[in-house]
Amino acid sequence: MVELTRRATFSASHYYWNDAWSPEKNAEVFGRCANRNGHGHNYTLEVTVVGTPDPVTGFVVDLKWLKDVMEREVLTAYDHRHLNLEVPEFETAIPTTENIAIAAWRRLEPSLAKAGAAHLRRVRVYETPEIFAEYRGEL
Amino acid sequence: MKAYFGRRYTLSASHRLHSEELSAEENRAAYGKCNNPHGHGHNYIVEVLAGGQVGPETGMVIDLVALDEVMRTRVLVRFDHTNLNLDPLFENRVPTTENLCKAVFGLLKTALPVAKLDYVRVEETENNFFQCWDADDEDMSPIERRNS
Repeated sequence: MVELTRRATFSASHYYWNDAWSPEKNAEVFGRCANRNGHGHNYTLEVTVVGTPDPVTGFVVDLKWLKDVMEREVLTAYDHRHLNLEVPEFETAIPTTENIAIAAWRRLEPSLAKAGAAHLRRVRVYETPEIFAEYRGEL
Repeated sequence: MKAYFGRRYTLSASHRLHSEELSAEENRAAYGKCNNPHGHGHNYIVEVLAGGQVGPETGMVIDLVALDEVMRTRVLVRFDHTNLNLDPLFENRVPTTENLCKAVFGLLKTALPVAKLDYVRVEETENNFFQCWDADDEDMSPIERRNS
């Protein structure tokens, strides 16, 4: 088995806010991230697929195909968007880095399930070079 | 839903790789330049990954501020701008980056307020790094001694 990882970047704005809480509690828990005017990041999306290299091509999956899947399923929805206001899954879920990793997995998984013997291993999202979250499909 | 939250920190410290169990020649052979009696230093990058359930109210595995505080009080205050050889954890243990990685894991393992420490990675330079995790068959205690 070999793991293959592809990176892509997207830029988006967001804020952290729980409607069930008072403004004071939101400010206390989320700090500056609770500013309702939002702020933004240059995110890096890292997608790892695992499988046995194809005996003919030597590929786990075709990198160009994976790039297209990432662009179609994630980047077109997230890049240069306000995540809270323009992305359906964040109407209810707070767009934390953890939730973005989970949401990106859900967007990618149906396409990657069709990738022959290879399957999605993990999705990692970097909010900054020092802060990241990862989802491995666990409940 | 279980996810993982990662954070990268930097700390600068000096060390000298030298084992009392080896002769001077053996130390030079084993550690080369790193055996220089006066020591040398690195800007280490310490990457920490914590795994746990995403809080339904917060969307978070662990509060970044809380993780930073644990890391600061348990690890950064202890090691940043110090000579690692003089720390009690390295009294009988060579402060290789392998052992620094294990020491950091041991210091953080039970200190996180929520979530579970998944791994600690220490990058000594841009070209080498070490990673350790909780293995049942290995003592990750920070008070571990080579000769005990």
